[in-house]
Amino acid sequence: MSDPAFLGLAEAAELIRAKKLSPVEYAQALFARIERRDAAYNCFIALTPERALKSARDAETEIMAGRWRGPLHGIPYALKDIIDVAGLPTTAHSKILADNVAQQDAPAAARMVAAGGVLLGKLATHEFAIGGPSFDLPWPPARNPWNRNCIPGGSTSGGAAGLAAGFFPATLGSDTGGSIRNPASFCGITGMKPTYGRVSRRGVVPLAFSLDHVGPLTRNVRDNALLLQVIAGHDPQDPASADRPVPDYAADLDRGVKGLKVGVIRHFYAQDLKRGAPEQVAAIETAVTMLADRGARISEIALPPLADFNACGQVILAAEAYSVHEAWLKERPQDYGARGRERLLAGATLRVADYLRATRWRRTLCEAAAAAFKDIDVAITATSVDPACRFDDTATLAAIYGRQVLMPFNVTGQPALSVPAGFSKDGLPLSVQFVGHPFAEATVYRVAQAYEAASGWADRHPPDLAV
Amino acid sequence: MSLDKATVARIAALARIKVADADLDKMVGELGAILTWIEQLNEVDTKGVEPMASTVAMELHQRDDVVTDGGYAAKILANASEPVARGEGGFFTVPKVVE
Repeated sequence: MSDPAFLGLAEAAELIRAKKLSPVEYAQALFARIERRDAAYNCFIALTPERALKSARDAETEIMAGRWRGPLHGIPYALKDIIDVAGLPTTAHSKILADNVAQQDAPAAARMVAAGGVLLGKLATHEFAIGGPSFDLPWPPARNPWNRNCIPGGSTSGGAAGLAAGFFPATLGSDTGGSIRNPASFCGITGMKPTYGRVSRRGVVPLAFSLDHVGPLTRNVRDNALLLQVIAGHDPQDPASADRPVPDYAADLDRGVKGLKVGVIRHFYAQDLKRGAPEQVAAIETAVTMLADRGARISEIALPPLADFNACGQVILAAEAYSVHEAWLKERPQDYGARGRERLLAGATLRVADYLRATRWRRTLCEAAAAAFKDIDVAITATSVDPACRFDDTATLAAIYGRQVLMPFNVTGQPALSVPAGFSKDGLPLSVQFVGHPFAEATVYRVAQAYEAASGWADRHPPDLAV
Repeated sequence: MSLDKATVARIAALARIKVADADLDKMVGELGAILTWIEQLNEVDTKGVEPMASTVAMELHQRDDVVTDGGYAAKILANASEPVARGEGGFFTVPKVVE
């Protein structure tokens, strides 16, 4: 067997279905790679080899008997350690939950099991999916495989870094203010924040109820569509879950963009955020040109300023997150890392009136966004305006999480996908973001697939990790 | 609006949360950010706007409108005493109460 480290989900699924790739050997090869290399990247908080090899053997037996369940059958994956898996600890990368063993699977995790996936382990995050990289937690922060002195972004840091390092082809993350798309952008991978309510959030440690989303991360668009297919659907026990049919996300992937209306939200990255890396801004403009060349109808659209979405979303996030953490913050403040504690404590100062004012503002922002999207199918904009920075560049690190185009679509709940868009002069990944109408993930994937095929930026791997 | 360490310490005391001295400097920054957002918030005209509880229009989940119970009249009638029960066609029979 050749090295399966960078096999995509769709590619591996075809080999497994054709009985050319053994799920057991696949999982064993990835464990060997993780064993050899993860000490440099700290992606995993816990590995589950016994469980994985049992799942892989079961998958192999079923597939050999002709009972192939679908594209995830026998595919290794890992989960951000805020997602419950029965019998395993869910730590949220925090001492607070170090002994918290989950009683049942989160529905998103249960769907991965039912689809025949092979869980390799649980992954590093920012503590409780907020803050930033911290060195005062029970586990070290994940590192960026493109340059291990750089942050991988977050909070789905272990997930994005693990994909870039070739440790697994699929993972699930969460996104409250950009926590899927930001690390996808910094690690050169593909991350989807689906529509609010599309994927169940039950059994996932909450950060902010009205902004939390669970979504898929992969190394290319097709894999991402296949993975969303597995986890999307109604959960009657998640009050925010949408009771809507789930379309076939891969059906229209290769139909191209001819005739589709693509709106460029240029002010977010050219005006609202100053001094973005020139090559990042250029990468987005190149993407616009590529889509135009393939027949998309391009226009420019304007939403309210990025700062408005950020202020509104951050007030809601701070208030809702404080309501989750209040008891722990009062009783065990010393058990948080400094970064998480500072971010979470600030929510204590908000008044009810501030929160409600923000939710009223949210309605006006959502209405403005809906009006701006009225005449387009998909929007294109930046994910981040800078590539990843170094851990020891404290000035940039303090500012970088604020220099992202992420919160607008947590506020509006629209689906938003970050995909790779080349490299900076220092060899760090760049990205572009596609945004759709609510529940129109299929159209977002279709446009992103056309861009990916035209640009060829997916499935690039860090040079020193090639083998 | 900028804050100093003493103000942050006082806010923490009022909110009944313990903040270690070492954390105060960083809290000055975090609270400063929140105050900036609140200043932005205060400039927004939200007159006549309802709070938004969910970004996606939700309908309450409804079960399918099908009968999932019933069809055992005999069992129910078995509880009635003679001669009230045993009416024709699976109904209770009761004495006539109006002329």
